[in-house]
This record gives sequence, C-alpha cells and structure tokens, in this order.
Amino acid sequence: MLIKRRQFLQAGSLAATSFMLPKFLKAFEKPMMVPQGNKVLVVLQLSGGNDGLNTVIPVGNDIYYRVRPHLGIEKVKSLILTEAVGLHPSLTALRDLYNDGSLGILNSVGYPNPDRSHFRSMDIWQTASESNGFMSTGWLGRYLDAQCSGCDKPTQAMEIDDILSLALKGERIKGLALKDPARLYNTSHQKYFKDISAGHQDEHTEKPVDYLYKVMAETLSSAEYIYQQSKLHPTSAQYPKTGLGKDLQTIASLIFSDINTKVYYVSLGSFDTHVNQQAQQQRLFTEMNDAVKAFVSDLKSNNRFQDVMLMTFSEFGRRVSQNASGGTDHGTANNMFLVSGGLKQKGMIDAMPDLNDLNEGDLKYQLDFKSVYATVLNKWLGADDKKILGKSFSHLDFI
Amino acid sequence: MAEDLDQLQTASQKNVANAIFKASARSPQYIDIANDYLKGLTMGIDDVVKLQKKGLSQDEKKQMRKQSQEDIKSLNLAWLNEMVNTDAQLREKMSLFWHSHFASRNLNIYYQQLLLDTIRKNALGNFADLLREVSKSAAMINFLNNNQNRKDHPNENFAREVMELFTLGRGNYSEEDVKEGARAFTGWGANLQGDFVFRKFQHDNGDKNFLGKTGNFDGDDVLNILLEQKQTANFIAKKIYRFFVNDDIDDSKVAWLGNRFHQSNYDIRALMEDIFASDWFYEEKNIGARIKSPVELIVGIRRMLPMDIENEDVLLIVQRLLGQLLFYPPNVAGWPGGANWIDSSTLMFRLRIPQIIYASDQFDLQPKEDDDQAMGIKEMNDGPMRIKGFGKINGGQMIKAQISWDKYLKKFDDVQKENLANEIASIILQVQNGVAENTLRKFTDNSSREGFIKSATIQLMSTPEYQLC
Repeated sequence: MLIKRRQFLQAGSLAATSFMLPKFLKAFEKPMMVPQGNKVLVVLQLSGGNDGLNTVIPVGNDIYYRVRPHLGIEKVKSLILTEAVGLHPSLTALRDLYNDGSLGILNSVGYPNPDRSHFRSMDIWQTASESNGFMSTGWLGRYLDAQCSGCDKPTQAMEIDDILSLALKGERIKGLALKDPARLYNTSHQKYFKDISAGHQDEHTEKPVDYLYKVMAETLSSAEYIYQQSKLHPTSAQYPKTGLGKDLQTIASLIFSDINTKVYYVSLGSFDTHVNQQAQQQRLFTEMNDAVKAFVSDLKSNNRFQDVMLMTFSEFGRRVSQNASGGTDHGTANNMFLVSGGLKQKGMIDAMPDLNDLNEGDLKYQLDFKSVYATVLNKWLGADDKKILGKSFSHLDFI
Repeated sequence: MAEDLDQLQTASQKNVANAIFKASARSPQYIDIANDYLKGLTMGIDDVVKLQKKGLSQDEKKQMRKQSQEDIKSLNLAWLNEMVNTDAQLREKMSLFWHSHFASRNLNIYYQQLLLDTIRKNALGNFADLLREVSKSAAMINFLNNNQNRKDHPNENFAREVMELFTLGRGNYSEEDVKEGARAFTGWGANLQGDFVFRKFQHDNGDKNFLGKTGNFDGDDVLNILLEQKQTANFIAKKIYRFFVNDDIDDSKVAWLGNRFHQSNYDIRALMEDIFASDWFYEEKNIGARIKSPVELIVGIRRMLPMDIENEDVLLIVQRLLGQLLFYPPNVAGWPGGANWIDSSTLMFRLRIPQIIYASDQFDLQPKEDDDQAMGIKEMNDGPMRIKGFGKINGGQMIKAQISWDKYLKKFDDVQKENLANEIASIILQVQNGVAENTLRKFTDNSSREGFIKSATIQLMSTPEYQLC
C-alpha cells in the first residue's frame, strides 16, 4: 500500500508539473486518495474566551436578565430556537442550519478545576491535558502521531494560519501551517534547498539542527503536493472577503481536491470582551456567520456536506454576571457548535446551563471537552481515541 | 558586531564580557515617536471621560486611532534600527527579552513607547524596580484591565498575570491568592498620557490574605511579597537561561543562578555576569543550541551585512510572517520561543530572507553571461522572479536593500582561496557547517573572488544552521 502510494505520488507530481493533469491519472487517483465517505474535520477556534451565554442565550431565564441588566440580549432581538433558547442576532446562518437539522449545540462543556488564564486554558483545550497536567503535544498532533507513522507527506492536518498552533504539534509529526498553498510553495520550491536537504547527514540526535533539517525535508515534499492539489478543483463559489471567509475558501478548495487532509484548523478572535463586548462580539459573529454560510452552501453544492464537520470551541466561557465595563470577565464552561450534514443528533443536544447552580458566579461544567474529542476522534476520524487522549472518555451520540 | 569580530577572536572571554557590559552601561535615549497631532489632541487631558467631554468628532477619534497605530509601526522600526546600530547590544537584547516577558498589546502609542522606555532603562538594572515600574505602566494597567479593577467590582486579570507570568509562574499560588491580590490592586489606574494614578476611592482597604500573610495590603505590598519569594528569582533565572543559554534546562545551573539572583536582590547585571563568567556558558552543547527568534534573525543579518533598506516597512511584514511582530505579542505570555518558532512555512521563509535581500540588491547589477556557471547561478537568478510571485500575495513587497559589502569583504583579504568557504562558514555560523563545499559551489557565483564571498555568505545564511545561535 505504502509503495503504491509513493509510486502514485511520484507519478502524480511529475504529471502536475506538465501543467495539466492527464484525465486517466485523475481517474486513477480518486479511489486511492479519497475513499468514499472520507470524513473531514474543521476546527474553528474562537480565541479569547467567547461569551457563550450571549451566543446561545437562555431567553426564558430571569436570572440571566437580572445579572446582565445591560449586556443581556432581549428575547425579541435574539433568533429564537425554542421557547427557552435564542441565538445571538448575528448568527442567522446558524439559525437556518438549526432549522435544517445540520447544527448541533453542546452546552456546559468544560473541565474540572477550570483555569481562567487564556494561555493556560487554551493549552488545556489544545493539548487535552488535565487542569493540573502539562503536555507539550496537541490532541491533533497526537492524532497525526497515531495515524501518520510512515507518511512521507504529513499533510493529514493543516492549519490555515501563518503560525502553527500547539493543537497540531505531535511528538514526532507536526501539522502544516499555511495561510495560502501558493505562498508555501513559492517559498520552498528551490533546487538549493533540495540539494542541501538531500546532503544533510542526519545524526538522528535531538539537536536543533537535525530538527530543522527534518522540518525542511518534510516541507519540501509537502509544499508541492499541496499546491498542486489546491489547483485541481479551486472552488468557484463566492466567499466574503474577510479573514475567515478566505480561510474557509482555501479549505473548501482543498476538500474538493484529492488531498489526504482529514483535519483543518482555523481561528477567529479576539473574543476577550472585558470591555465593550456588544460591538466586538457582533463584529466577530458577523464574520463567522457569513463565512460559515458560504462554506456550507459550497459544500452542499459539491455534495460534501455529509462528510465534513465544523466544530467550534473557545478556551473558556465568561462569568455569568456582566462586569462594570460593558463586558464580561473570564469564566468557565461554554458551548460548542457542531455543523455538518452528517450529524446523528441535532439541535440542542443537552440541557442549557443551570443558572441556579453556580460555582461562585460561574457555570459548572457538565460535559468534559475530552469526551467530545474522543467522540470525534473515534467516530468521525476512525482513530484510537484512548491512545491519543491517554485515557478513556465516554463517547457521545451526535455522530 | 561585524567590525568587532577580529577583536573577539583574540580577546579573552572575560575581556569580551567586560566590553559588552561597558558598551551597554549608558542609559538609553527615550525613543519618542508620538506624533504632534496626537500630542495636541490629548494635551492636558488626564481621563478618558474628559477626552469624551472635549467633544472630539468621530473623524478625529478615528484619525487619532489611526495615527497611533501608524506611530507604533514607526516605534517598531526605530527600535529595530537601534538594535541593529547600537553598541549597547546586551542592553537591547535584554530589552527584547523583557519585551516578551512583560508582553503587552496596546494601540496607544504613548503607552507603548513609555513601557519600552521603562524596559530599556531597567533592562540591566534591578528586576524589582522593573517589575514595579511595569506594574504601574499605563500599557500594562490597560492591557490587563486594572483600570476596571475597583472595590466591590474586582477585575482579576492583572493580579493573575503578575503572578503567573511576571514573578512566580504557574502552580506557586492559589486561586484565593489571585482574588485577594486583585483586591490589593484596586484603584491602580493610568491616565491618557500614561501617568500612574491611584484612585483611593476605588481602593479596597480591607484586610487581604495573600500568600500566607494578612494585612491591609496595597499593590506595592503585594509586589514586595512576590519579590520576597525565592520562587520569583528562580522563575526569572530559568527564563533567562532559556533565552541566553539553552532551551534545554540544566536544573542545577538554574538553581544556582536563581539563588544568586535572589541574594543580590534582583541585580540583573550581576545575573548576566554570572552567566558570562561560567565555563558552562562556553561549552559546545550550549553554543548554537537556541533557535533565533525572528527579530534576532533579522537584526543578526543586518548587523553582519550593513544595508540601506529603501522600503523599511517591509520589515514589519517579515516580522509578521515569521511570528514575531514587535509590540504585538500573541498574548500576555509573550512569544513561546524555541521550537515554537519553527514550522513548515516559517522555516522556509527564514531560509529565503537572505536570498530575497541579496537578489533585489543584485538583480540589475550582475547579469549572468557565463553559461558555464549557469546551472549554479541560475538558481539564484531565478530568485527575483519568484520573489515577485511571492510578493504579490503580500501586496507586491520586496526587500529593496543595498548591502554595504566593503567592510565585510575586507575580513577575507588575507584568506587563501581554498579556505574561503570555511572561513565564511566560521564567521556566519555558530554550529558546524553541514553544507558540503561542492554543493555550495553549485549555487555560488564562482566568476570572481568577491562574487564568491558574497554569494556564499548569502547561501550559508540561507541554511538551517544559520537559524541557530
């Protein structure tokens, strides 16, 4: 299998350099690279700690309006999902997805002994460590370690960014960070680099220089592959000209290609709304809403919505009460969105947070985020979640 | 630095260290960038509320924000130039360390330039002074929301980060200490000019229990208690060891440094002297063991090869692409550094930078006419074409630079032809050169001695080895 794949890749990249890929090769490559039902995960990180209570709003709850006299969003302004629940007014596309049966909402997601530092809590979410544990690898990086041993092109997980997040850094394998496939290709395609890379005497030490040469060799082999793939079926759909709009457009083009990427990672922020929350959250949600709308519509018209799941998370939610500066301070548990045409459970998957049962003004978590990861790893990506997460977490039924 | 190289090779370690400290002894000049327009608008205004009362129009406010952001770009480039041109290398390098340690994002140019000044002045001074001044800086107070930290409405952001990131490090305090510490900092604020303001009616005068002590503490008391903790000295010593010696920590050496740092009441210069006077600092395993930060990389290239850059703004894009834009740390924890600097795209761009600079410099000046060399030279000649392609994505940027080669070339006057490649590598690289000479010569200009030195220098800078210091 491995040998076949190598041969294919060589043939594929040779053909690609001759500008047009012969049709027979395309036909040959499809079943090889994109097995039917190939599942793709898109993680959308809402950086800064999104205020979940003004995202999925408990519009039937008096406590909410009492502790948020200025910041609470009125029921009539929210996008009503049920008698008790409304969405933030800017999330119209998500409301439509909800009505469509393509949106799942998980509430009160968090972890024991929550940490209110952005840095630390983001670390915990990205590494899937316990609150008092420290890990230097990310949960998707360890997925790469588990899935990709022997891969000569570590393109199974990709972050659409200039900088790679810890989430995608494994012990042995790192995902690729690229804002744009053409940029990565242009900066790496050079014979000098190929020659010095080939000439490097790897001493297989932990020395930084060997590490740098390893990253270099992997990049050279991956960059061309990704670039060629990105040109195979560039999406023709219209996307908003925002940061996230462009990122999801790049992801769509790669999904429609024959690349072996299973995980895409992208961020939006900053949701750190200590001050002047209303305007900031509205601006970011409008960007998110419009980009997701275009993305879903594009996936649907290419018949891939069943196979793609977009999952949002944030490092923490915010305090239940508003603060004195028109914002909210760092809190604990939060909600997550799941967007896909392939969800088994839809809508409000679990109960809204109980505002009568708080821990010193903070939501208590009901669902460990590592259970969500375990479900996604096992049921969507077909990976060994226990090995990747280091222990067994109960699986949910949304997929 | 390039001009000092010859002296460095002959001088003893101790003399070199002394010279480095001496060059950094003088207090630095304040980098004052803030535009006169901004100064006029905010003159005599000490409060956001009063600024609103002054009735600035929407346009004026927008203009003010825009000007402030432009000024921060100028501040970035001014400081970068200072790093390149200064004799006080150690001071600026320490300042870069503190700039990441006391990481603050702020769109107010006053706040940024004042915090930078505090950092540069105290960079080799006393850490206790530095901590106190930073804690009272408008940049930090605003970034960590202490203007909103009031009696009955505490905002814990500042109190948490001062312990987690500035002094103790995680795991050395409790959530209770964060809450109580926040109460002590209530009333600490800053005005628009960046002056510290104590708003006594917002201060909580009750007793606080903080790190095992009880009393009606204010912010200064809390900082003093934090400085009493030996853990603070250890935490700082460890971080400095990482930055100057090796990412791979040697616990016994760090413990020794931390102990000495605490005993000296946080004398930063003494800590650095301890490091430079240690034999282990010069051991092979500690040389070339760190991956340069993007700013260190850019500054290093420019110090080695002095150049006039026509479009300096492009350096902001370079910093951004490499993941370290001065004054815009990713979060309050600063830049994580080490292997975190490196992923596929940042590494490849790092490798390209010297070539990009060189190619734009040489593009019209050195047409290739010797087919014999074409296979090697062509690779470099193809550069500018691809750089243009690369540039398009970033708004058509190129690094338009003229390198002043004269001084650099002179270093090789007495070097025999067959030793040139080795000599260049020994000057450019901290670690063993891994590029075989016959490989290198395929990609250099072999038509003249000067052409070879220039192109070999650039190619050796475009290697993984050059990323290490």
